[in-house]
Amino acid sequence: MTLEQVLFLGVSFATLGAAVMMVTARSIFVAALWMIGAFAGIAGLFVLLGAGFLGIVQVLIYIGAIAVLILFAIMLTPQVMGDEDVPRYNQQWPLVAVLAAGLAGLLVALVVGINWPVLDSFAPPRDYALALGIAFMTDYLIPFLLASVVLSVALIGALVIARE
Amino acid sequence: MEFLDRLFINVGSAFNSFLLQFLPETAVSIIGMLISAFIISNVAAFTFLFMTYLERKFVGRIQDRIGPNRVGPYGVLQPIADGVKMFTKELITPEAAHKIVYNLAPVMAVAPALMVFAVIPFGRDMVASDLDVGLLYLVAITSVTEIAIIMGGWASRNKFSLLGAMRAAAQMLSYEIPILLVLLNIILLTGSLRLTTIVEAQVVPFVLLQPFAFVVFLISAAAEVARPPFDIPEAESEIIAGYHTEYGGMKFGLFQMAEFVGAFGMAAIMTTVFFGGWRPWIIPLPTWLWFAIKVFIVAFLWFWFRGTFPRLRVDQLQAYCWKFLVPASLLNLVMTGILVTYFPLVRGGEMVVSGIGGWTTITLVYFLANVVLVGVLALLYRRPATRAAEQLRMGQEPLAPAPTTVTQEVRTA
Repeated sequence: MTLEQVLFLGVSFATLGAAVMMVTARSIFVAALWMIGAFAGIAGLFVLLGAGFLGIVQVLIYIGAIAVLILFAIMLTPQVMGDEDVPRYNQQWPLVAVLAAGLAGLLVALVVGINWPVLDSFAPPRDYALALGIAFMTDYLIPFLLASVVLSVALIGALVIARE
Repeated sequence: MEFLDRLFINVGSAFNSFLLQFLPETAVSIIGMLISAFIISNVAAFTFLFMTYLERKFVGRIQDRIGPNRVGPYGVLQPIADGVKMFTKELITPEAAHKIVYNLAPVMAVAPALMVFAVIPFGRDMVASDLDVGLLYLVAITSVTEIAIIMGGWASRNKFSLLGAMRAAAQMLSYEIPILLVLLNIILLTGSLRLTTIVEAQVVPFVLLQPFAFVVFLISAAAEVARPPFDIPEAESEIIAGYHTEYGGMKFGLFQMAEFVGAFGMAAIMTTVFFGGWRPWIIPLPTWLWFAIKVFIVAFLWFWFRGTFPRLRVDQLQAYCWKFLVPASLLNLVMTGILVTYFPLVRGGEMVVSGIGGWTTITLVYFLANVVLVGVLALLYRRPATRAAEQLRMGQEPLAPAPTTVTQEVRTA
């Protein structure tokens, strides 16, 4: 195995471990922290795959914004310190377990079943951000514009609400 | 000059070729990375010492005091005495605290503050990692500090800590938006996220092309690193010390270090983005020296803030960000977009402005556009009382009743 493969496996297992810890953690705050760990692992995977831009966007959006928002929301709940032992399961857990197992089986079947195309030679662009930007402005212009309009409307809507 | 300018680079490459005699190339490049990481984080940590001393001295002068003057000549050894004190203090973990998160928080706070310096170009060809998305990396990394602050506040199991953490989360989340919007202007101008390209594009420092953006960035950055007058998360007169109330000794020292190194990092970002980074101005000095001088000048702006402005209230802080900074920087972005279409600096990765005449025109156009923008904003953001008075003068019923001013209240009382 090359060094990159070892790193890839290490980061992957760390990400999965963090995800498992997140689901099993008793305190909801600690669970959120484990989720940040899993996000960081995914950012690391992006970087290892040569997509540094996506890795940094992952840190910016998921860790810097979404995770902070989640932590902030947890602080507004009465159980913020996780003192009382809240049951972690309710009566519906067998149903959810079946659904989760089904989804996992479907995903595994998909990943195993697809014949992944392998490029013989791949010349990575010199400037990833530039290549991504050009792709956004040419081939994927409509989706890019739609997403931008939605986000701008959200931002301006927040401003309008704040002004009232 | 040339020799001094390339001093560190030459030492580095000499060391590299020395190592190459014994070790394979991969090992040497890994060792090189480790050494530059070690040097950069230590330089950043030592500036923490200087910054505390300079700030205490400077704020002391503003407040008509002398400042530290007991340890060493002019008190210059004061930060070392403070450091020894912090290191020798007992490390206490409160009984009720969540042990792991409590002890992890200070480390988490310092790490991103130091990581900022990985992509900053300290001088010509002096950058540890020349990322093609450097500007985005800076914004992403500085936002990780929030998590450390929230962790510290939560794990201390103290009401004041929790309040401080909540304030920090709300504040930093809000002020990230104007920072990003303002940096978009710079990306529009240079067409690149690479910091070395941004520095090279600044024949005229961008503070002259984007003065409004600079002011917005200066204010938002102060809020982002919780410097006064935005030190609401640790407002000592309201919530003791906020998120680090329960921390002592070197754990507290690390939080303090994260704040100062973070402020220093923000000053370095501002220097790189708005003041032409290492580009020498008039006096020919080594580029890295020019960078250091500019960073300390920007850092002094923040010491000045601390000595001058009283702390804001939480609602004022949020209202100022959402009602003024965000819409204003959106307007600024639209304006820059229009300007860049007609007066581009870079087109297709090539500089299109050249000569003294070209740069003067560009600077004048951008500067005047900013003056117009400030004028428009001043009209849009008149004080409610002024607006109501105007409507009365025009013979209209004021839309909102004119709010009673303080003097009126005093008069009626």
